[in-house]
Amino acid sequence: MFPILSVIVFTPLVAGLLLFLIPGERHSEIRATALAAAAFTLLLSLLVYFGYDQGAAGYQFTEKYDWLPALGVSYYVGVDGINAPLVLLTGLVMFTGVLISWGIDDRPREFFAFLFILATGVLGVFVALDLFMLFFFYEIAVFPMYLLIAIWGWKQTREYAAMKLTLYLFIGSVIALVGALGMYFTSGLGTFDMIALEAADFPLEFQSWAFPVVFLGFAVLGGIFPFHNWSPDGHVAAPTAVSMFHAGVLMKLGAFAALRVGMMLLPEGAQMWMPVIIVFAMINVVYGAFIAMVQTDFKYVIGYSSVSHMGLVMLGLATLSRNGFIGAGVQMFSHGVMTALFFAAVGMVYDRAHTRDINKLGGMVRYMPLVAVAFIIGGLVSMGMPGLSGFVAEFPIFMGLWTASTSPINTNWPYAGWVAPLMAVLAALSIVITASYILRVIRKVFFGPIPAEFEGHIGPITALDKIALVVLAAVLVLLGVFPRLMVPLVETGVDNVIRLFGGA
Amino acid sequence: MDFIHDNILTLVLFSPAAVALVLLFLPAEEKGLLRWTAFTGSLVPLALTLVLWFGFDASAEGFQFEIQALWYDAIGSSYHLGVDGISLAMVLLTTLLVPLAILASYSIDDKIKAYMILFLLLETGMLGVFLSLDLLIFFVFYEIGLVPMYFLINLWGSEKGERKLWGGMTVPARTYASFKFMVYTMGASLGLLLAIQMIGAVTGTFDLIELYEVWQTSDASLEVFGLGAATVRSIAFWAFVVAFALKVPVWPFHTWLPDAHTEAPTAGSMILAGVLLKLGAYGFIRLVIPLYPAESQTFAYALAFLATMAIVFGAFAAYGQRDFKRLVAYSSVNHMGFVVLGIAAAALAQGTEHATIAMNGAVLQMFNHGLSAAGMFFLVGVIYDRTHTRDLEAYGGLFALVPVYGGILIFTSMASLGLPGLNGFVSEFLVVRGAWPVLTGFTALSMLGLLFTGAYILKGIKSTLHGPLNTHWVGHLTEINKRELFVIAPLMVLMLWLGIWPAWLLSVINGAVSALFG
Repeated sequence: MFPILSVIVFTPLVAGLLLFLIPGERHSEIRATALAAAAFTLLLSLLVYFGYDQGAAGYQFTEKYDWLPALGVSYYVGVDGINAPLVLLTGLVMFTGVLISWGIDDRPREFFAFLFILATGVLGVFVALDLFMLFFFYEIAVFPMYLLIAIWGWKQTREYAAMKLTLYLFIGSVIALVGALGMYFTSGLGTFDMIALEAADFPLEFQSWAFPVVFLGFAVLGGIFPFHNWSPDGHVAAPTAVSMFHAGVLMKLGAFAALRVGMMLLPEGAQMWMPVIIVFAMINVVYGAFIAMVQTDFKYVIGYSSVSHMGLVMLGLATLSRNGFIGAGVQMFSHGVMTALFFAAVGMVYDRAHTRDINKLGGMVRYMPLVAVAFIIGGLVSMGMPGLSGFVAEFPIFMGLWTASTSPINTNWPYAGWVAPLMAVLAALSIVITASYILRVIRKVFFGPIPAEFEGHIGPITALDKIALVVLAAVLVLLGVFPRLMVPLVETGVDNVIRLFGGA
Repeated sequence: MDFIHDNILTLVLFSPAAVALVLLFLPAEEKGLLRWTAFTGSLVPLALTLVLWFGFDASAEGFQFEIQALWYDAIGSSYHLGVDGISLAMVLLTTLLVPLAILASYSIDDKIKAYMILFLLLETGMLGVFLSLDLLIFFVFYEIGLVPMYFLINLWGSEKGERKLWGGMTVPARTYASFKFMVYTMGASLGLLLAIQMIGAVTGTFDLIELYEVWQTSDASLEVFGLGAATVRSIAFWAFVVAFALKVPVWPFHTWLPDAHTEAPTAGSMILAGVLLKLGAYGFIRLVIPLYPAESQTFAYALAFLATMAIVFGAFAAYGQRDFKRLVAYSSVNHMGFVVLGIAAAALAQGTEHATIAMNGAVLQMFNHGLSAAGMFFLVGVIYDRTHTRDLEAYGGLFALVPVYGGILIFTSMASLGLPGLNGFVSEFLVVRGAWPVLTGFTALSMLGLLFTGAYILKGIKSTLHGPLNTHWVGHLTEINKRELFVIAPLMVLMLWLGIWPAWLLSVINGAVSALFG
C-alpha cells in the first residue's frame, strides 16, 4: 500500500532540505519549489480526508515499522476522525502560508526550509500513534519556531518573544514527558504504542497524578490559562506565515496532544480532574475575550482572541460529553482556518501601512476590499455567527456544557446542577464581547476616513494573496453551510474517545 | 415542473442568494446593469411565491410543501422547511417588498454592487426565518439577517449627524445606530441562543414539529439543573420573549429602533419596518406560544401591559418628534404594539374564538403594517432626496408644489391611521375585537393610543403639506418621478384592496390560526 501518511509527513522536510540545494539568490526557483511542495502536501491531505472510510471508523492509513524494538519504540502512524481534519488544516495553512509569503526577500530559502521543518513536526504529531514519535515530532515542531521568530520576526520584540515561547513550550513538553515516561514504566507493557497503552488500564492513583502533568504540559501549547501569555507575544513577533502556523496549527497541537495522550490514555484521571480544568477553560474563554477587547495593536487583538477561542476547545473537552467532544474537534479545525485568515489579513495591512495601531489605521477597504471582506468573514466566524463554521463548532460545545452534569462518562461532577447552565451563560457572554471588539477593529481599520499619511501610499494585494484569502474564507463558509462535510467524520473519532471512557 | 413543485421552498429561499452570487461576478462599474440584474433577479422569488400561493391549499391542516434533508444530524438538527398560512403571508410580504425596495434604491450611487448583494442576502435571511421548521435553522437565519442590515446602515446610512458618547467622544450617527442595532439584537438573542441550546441538549432534537410534542413532557430531564422544571421553563420562556420583544420592538426594548430607522438608507428602513420587525412577532406566534402554552397564558397580562405601553408611548413619542423619519419610526412601535396585543390576547384565551380572532388580526396587522410602514418610509425618503432635510418645521405648504406626492402621502398616512376602507382598519379592528373580552382594561387603554395615532399622523401631514408655503422650496422641489410611482403604486393597490376585500388573505391566515389556537 502507498504510505500516504509518511509521504505527507516527510514531503515538507524533504522539500526543505532540497531548498538548500538551490542557490540562495535564486528566489523564484525557491518559491516555486516551496509552492509545489505545499500544494502536493495539501493534495495528499485532501486525499486522506476524503478517503477515510467513515463506515469502518478506527485508525486508517496506518503504517508501522520497528524503530527501536529494544525500547518498544516504533514508527507508527494513522488517522482517525479527530486528527484527519487537523492534517487537512495543516495542509491548508501550509499552502496559504507559502502563497502569502511570496514577497519575503530576506533569505527566503532558509525561511521556507525552517517553515517546512516545522510543518513536518506538526504533521508528525497529528498522525503519531506512538508516544515516543509524538514527542519526537513535537520537539521538531517547536525548535524551528524559535529561529523563524528570532530571525524574521518583528524587530522590536522578536528576541524576547522567541525566547519566551520556546522556554514555555519546552518546559511544557518536559513536564508532559515525565507523565509519558510514567505511563511507559507503569503499564509494564514495554511499549510506547498508544493503541496498546489505551488498554493498559492504569491504576487510579497513578492516573490521579499523571493526568494533570500530561494534560497541563500539553495544554500550555494550547494556550490554557494561566500559561497563555507566551502565545500573544509570539503571535505578534512572528512574521505573517509563522503567525498563521502558530495560531492556526501549533496551538491545536497542544489541545490535540492533551486529548490524545492525556484524556484518551488516562480517562479516569480526566474524570477526576475535569472539575478543575473546566474552570480554567472558562477563564480562558471569558478573560481572553476581555483582554482582546482592550488591545490597540491589531495583532494583539487577534492573539488574545485565539486564547479565548482555544479556551472553547478546552471547554468542550472538559465537558466530557459527546457533544462537547464533537464541538472541540470541529472548533480546532474552524479556529485554525479562521485565525490563519486573520493573521494573513493583518499581515497584508501591516506590510502596506507599516503600523498595527488600530487607532492610526482606517479606510483600508478602499485599497484592499478583498482583505476587508475576508476579515469580516473571519470576524463573523469568531463571533459564532450562524451559517459559518464557528457556529457549527461552538454550538455543540455549549450543548455539551448544558448537560455536562448528566453526561454518562462524566462520573465526577462535584458542583450543583445549576452550575453547568451558569457556565454556559457566562461563556456566552464572551460572544457579545467578541462581537464588540471584532466590530470595533473592522470599523477602525477597514472603514472610516483614510488617514492622510496613507493617501496614495497603499498598494493593492497580489493575486496570490487573493487566492490564499479566498481559499481560507471559502472553507469557513462551506463548513458553516454544510456541517456534514466534517461532523460525521469527527463523530467517528469521538465514538472512540467515548469508548475509552467506558461509555457506549 | 415537478422539480419546481417539489423543491419550491428551497428555490424561494435561495433564489435571492443565487442572484447575489451572479452579481458578484458582474463588473462593479456597470451600475445600470447591476441595478437591473438585482431588480429582475428579485422578481424571481416573487414569481416563485406566487406559484406557491396558488398551489397552497388553505383548507388543509398543518404544514405544506415540506422539505426535510440532513443538515447537522450529530446534534439532531435537520434542514426542515414548510409553510402554513401564517408563514405564507409573511413570505409574500417579504418577496413583494424586496423588489420595491431595490427599485427605491436606484438613487444610491456608492458601492452599488456590495449594496445589492447585501440586500439580496438579507432577503434570504428573512425568508429562512419564515420558512424553517427547525429551531436551529430558524436561529441561523434569524441571526444571518443582522449582518447585511448592519452594513446597510453603517455604510449607506445618512451621512449627516453625530452622536456624543459617554466619554465625550463623538461618532457618526450611522455608526452609533448600526452598532446599537447589532449589539442590542445580538445581546437579546443570546438568551434565545442559550435557551435553544438547552432545549436541544435536553430533548435531543431541534425539529419544531417534534418539539411541539416532546418539549411539553420533558419535565424529568429539566430537573437536572436543580431548580425545578417549572422555573427552568419560565426562564427559558423569558429568554425567548426578550429576544423577540426586542425585535418587534415592544416598550421598553424599542430604543434601538428610532436610531436605526433614522440612519438607515430609505430602502433599508422599508425592509427594517416592513419585514424585520415581523420576525419578532413571528417568533412569538411560531415558537413562544406553541412551545410554552402554559407560560404564555400565565404571563399574558405582562405581555399585554408591554404592548399597551408600546401603543400609548409609541403614539406620544411619535407626536413629539420634529424629524419626519423619527415620527414614522415611532409609529412602528405604536402599530406593532397592536400585533403584540393580539398575540397576548390569543395566548390568554387559547382555544376560544376570541383567540382566533385576535390572532387573525395580529397576523393581518403584521402584513398591513409591512405595507404601510414601507410606504411611509419610502415617501419620507422621496422628500428627503429632494430637500435633504427631515425637519418637519422646514417644510410647510408643499401640497401646492407637489400635488401628486401630497395625495399619495395622505393616502398612505390614512392607511397607517386605520381609516375604514383601507387595510389598517380591518386588522386593528380584529385585534381589538379579539382582545376586548379578555383584556378589557388594556384594550381600552390602547384606544387612547389610537387617538394619538390620529394626532401624530395629522401632525405629519399638516407640517409637510399644509400651512403657509415655505417659499424656500419653490423651484427646488420636483414632483415624484415615474420610478418612484412604480414603487408606491403596488403598495397603494394592496392597501386599498385589503381594506375593501381582506378575505383573500384572511382565509389563508385563518386556516393556520384556527389549527394553532382554535
